[in-house]
Amino acid sequence: MKEVRLHGRGGQGGVTSAELVAIAGIAEGKYAQAFPSFGPERRGAPVAAFIRVSDTPIRTREKVYNPDIVLVLDHSLPSLVNVAQGLCEDGIVILNTGMSEAEVREKFDLKCKLAMVDANTIAMEVLGLPITNTTMLGALLKATGIVGKAALEEALENRFGRIAEKNKAALNRAFEETVVTG
Amino acid sequence: MANRIGVEVSIAIANAVKLANVDLVAAYPITPQTHIVEHLSELVANGELDAEYVPVESEHAAMSCCCGSSAAGARTFTSSSSQGLSLMSEILYPAAAMRFPIVMVVANRAMSAPISIWNDHQDIMVQRDVGWIQTFAENGQEAVDLTLHAFRVAEDRRVTLPMMVNIDGFTLSHVIEPMEMMSQEEADAYLPPFKPRYRLDPRKPVTMGPVGMPEVYTEAKVAHSEAIKKSKKVILQGWKEFADMFGRHYNLVETYRSEGAEVLLVTMGSISETAMTAIDKMRDEGQSVGLVRIRLWRPFPGPEFRKVAGKAKVLAVVDRCLPPGALCGPVGAELRSLFYKIPGSPKIFSFVAGLGGRDVRVEHFEEMVDKARAFAKRRPKELYDVIGVREK
Repeated sequence: MKEVRLHGRGGQGGVTSAELVAIAGIAEGKYAQAFPSFGPERRGAPVAAFIRVSDTPIRTREKVYNPDIVLVLDHSLPSLVNVAQGLCEDGIVILNTGMSEAEVREKFDLKCKLAMVDANTIAMEVLGLPITNTTMLGALLKATGIVGKAALEEALENRFGRIAEKNKAALNRAFEETVVTG
Repeated sequence: MANRIGVEVSIAIANAVKLANVDLVAAYPITPQTHIVEHLSELVANGELDAEYVPVESEHAAMSCCCGSSAAGARTFTSSSSQGLSLMSEILYPAAAMRFPIVMVVANRAMSAPISIWNDHQDIMVQRDVGWIQTFAENGQEAVDLTLHAFRVAEDRRVTLPMMVNIDGFTLSHVIEPMEMMSQEEADAYLPPFKPRYRLDPRKPVTMGPVGMPEVYTEAKVAHSEAIKKSKKVILQGWKEFADMFGRHYNLVETYRSEGAEVLLVTMGSISETAMTAIDKMRDEGQSVGLVRIRLWRPFPGPEFRKVAGKAKVLAVVDRCLPPGALCGPVGAELRSLFYKIPGSPKIFSFVAGLGGRDVRVEHFEEMVDKARAFAKRRPKELYDVIGVREK
């Protein structure tokens, strides 16, 4: 079982991203859960969502405390939130950043495996909005392969309808541009 | 092959209500139930569900509306939580005593104050004695299945009582997970049309809910009490036929690795899944532990519970409710009554956990089992223990 914690800000679509991954996993015949960190939803405030994907039935309703994967949608969050909290020993943190690996490691004191992509730039160029939830799904796919790209694209099409194409384009560009470190 | 999809549990419940082809939905929003009635409003607006959708002005009005609707012979649904459920309370009693087979999904939530939108079972325990049949779901699939089952049982002429399906707020209501949805044809084959014995009809006037003078009130209460006790048979028959059609089996009380266990955890609702994981861990360590899950809360399945748990030495009962001033939590109290003075029966301790959305983790179940074993050797001062209280 792979467990994911997703950090975003209220209104950025983090919960939607989590849902799409779970729906894609289930469509592939796997077992999955997605759920928000239940709280009063406030636009702009740091929020979290959780995903589990497994080949066997999932028998827990605990929150995710020791994620294998942390996905951070907003570039400003690692300064405010300890994104690596509880991360598994060989876990990975996936960041939306325009900085270099060395800069990220120094600024945020991250020693774990990293994946990085400048999702803000991609989202502005492709979607015309600084909303990075679907863009960062491209980074998640590249860094982890937690679900298949085809299944995730189908979930995205079902959810977004006529604006799905742009979101798929942003996802695919992030998939190409994501750098995974050792 | 059934249609297996990933969907939010609340949306799936709304779809199950649509499959039940309800005639009326009375809707008043309250977190964490709101997604259910929101999705039903979409289904009605889209023309996918041919029903009256009544956006009432309060939960009190919601249940009043449901009573009128059901009295007129319409298949009736509503949903609520917490303070909203409490506001309905006055009408929950006549809904049951007047034998209206309304179905309600309760997304369980804590009671104020302090304000909490999060999950526990305080809201339903306040309504424990209103005379409704009450079941608990452990996951999204069960929430869907129990909703369809509820219409069938409630409307069965041998029962004719309203029914609540309890789902844990947020921990079930807001989770995306895999579910198998039945087709409309399958749902229709399982759930026959509602044919009430009596209905409000100006051409054939009847009186419903008249005054009960002291000469008849006791008899009316006894008749209600007998009716809900007898509903067990119909509930089981509904599950048997459900299993025959859909391959998923349900029982009044369910067990997990309980054979020969010295200590049994007792749970209701979605924490049961985490409890199973805890049992696996403790069994792997060689501990003699198992799990009993109560699916039917009212009428309480006493003999069935005794049959599966009577040989254990200790019961560690998880209560998601702390009634101030009570001797212990309501599930613990129920089981203490059940086993009172029965020779060789288990020692029973109530553990209050998961109040107002506090996570109940594997380690908490381990703590309960350890404490229950210790309490069995040395009786504690109180009959209950609250898990995970921060002292500082």
